[in-house]
Amino acid sequence: MNVLLNIVKRELASYFSTPLAYVFIVIFLTLIGSFTFYLGNFFVRGQADLNSFFAFHPWVYILLIPAVTMRLWAEERKSGTIELLMTLPLTTTQSVIGKFFAAWIFIFIALILTFPIWITVNYLGQPDNGVILAGYVGSLFMSGAYLSIGSCISAITKNQVIAFVVAATVCFIFTMTGVDIVLNFFKVWAPEFLVSTISSMSFLTHFESITKGVIEIRDFLFYLSVIVFWLFLNVVVVEFKKFN
Amino acid sequence: MISISNITKKFDDFTAVDNLSMAVKSGEVLGFLGPNGAGKSTTMKMITGFIKPTEGTIKVKGMNVETNPIECKKLIGYLPEGAPLYGDMTPMNMLKFVAYTRGMNLQEFKTALDIVVIKTEITDVINQPIDTLSKGYKRRVGLAQALIHDPEILILDEPTDGLDPNQKHHVRNLINEMGKEKAIIISTHILEEVDAVCSRACIIAKGKKIIDSNPKELKKSFKNKNLDSIFREITLNK
Repeated sequence: MNVLLNIVKRELASYFSTPLAYVFIVIFLTLIGSFTFYLGNFFVRGQADLNSFFAFHPWVYILLIPAVTMRLWAEERKSGTIELLMTLPLTTTQSVIGKFFAAWIFIFIALILTFPIWITVNYLGQPDNGVILAGYVGSLFMSGAYLSIGSCISAITKNQVIAFVVAATVCFIFTMTGVDIVLNFFKVWAPEFLVSTISSMSFLTHFESITKGVIEIRDFLFYLSVIVFWLFLNVVVVEFKKFN
Repeated sequence: MISISNITKKFDDFTAVDNLSMAVKSGEVLGFLGPNGAGKSTTMKMITGFIKPTEGTIKVKGMNVETNPIECKKLIGYLPEGAPLYGDMTPMNMLKFVAYTRGMNLQEFKTALDIVVIKTEITDVINQPIDTLSKGYKRRVGLAQALIHDPEILILDEPTDGLDPNQKHHVRNLINEMGKEKAIIISTHILEEVDAVCSRACIIAKGKKIIDSNPKELKKSFKNKNLDSIFREITLNK
């Protein structure tokens, strides 16, 4: 447990030792803010909720989360520090989980910094703060799912740019499977069960039901199982890659 | 302390290490010699548990590295090839990270830090980001990181590479001193180093062990030629 905590601390410190963390947070807040007010028509809608805010989270994550995860393993492999890490008395699983949690805590911090929007909506009206809290928790779980994908893909390559592009693409695919345009393409020829399987794999569908206030355990379980799956894959990739 | 029996490492079709066996006892400094690509680093990576041998077993203090990796890794201090370090950290934080990961507490770390910092002479740069340090300092931070938990076994891949003559001298003295009670394996290209620090020399080429003897006897059997010409003779002819 101490070992795990130690990895988390090191990774988190390394985020904040470079400008990356600050650049990320500023861009994240700017993007989310402008989407909410301009594209989401926060004021025009005249409703005391944060739906126009949460609706853009998946799309901002697709773009920004791969930037957070791209260095996790790619940099270790490029600089050779992976050899140092792997010859310390800890398991690969511990390193994978430690790095993942560091990235997750980082996103958690970024999410907390969006609090002015919550104050705004409370100042303007009487929103259902329970639903808003659920939205935040849902968003955090969803970000974890994106992070686990990014972390795993970062372990495949030494090149951070490749890690970024591939991770963004995979994240995009897992999001788009919930959009009607993509689903209609399948509906024409695929059997109903396949269409619903594809749609149920989408990060978007599960997140939308959470932000609408429909809080079901299975939506959170979905994200958790995605995280576990990709982190498991991450361990396998790290183990496999170091032999080559 | 370390016993290697019949290890072979294959990367696809290429055999990096070919049926290598050797043993190192406490109080011994083994110099691992060979041309580039002879399999020195690969062997060291296998001893430290970073990669697994295709065949054969490695035992550290009687424990199998493959089946008991965590316990084995606790006993070993390792300076990997090129001394990779976390460039965004300071030596202080880096050493703290390694010490904590090795299960030390703050008090133990402080005591160990005081000793290691003096041994490796990195006091001046202890709070500078590693990225800004010269090659010699980086190498010594790498060495400090391998020594922080006072391991019984030291595996050092080219420990004096990039050091100036004074620093080389210092590190060799350090190895000599530690060699009295630890089992140490160092790899090197510099043959005078073998004379200076090693109690045994093991020459490998193309993954095979060619010679395993002490430096003095090695010279004797080759009619007192210097090590350079012995090395050339052995590794080029066979």
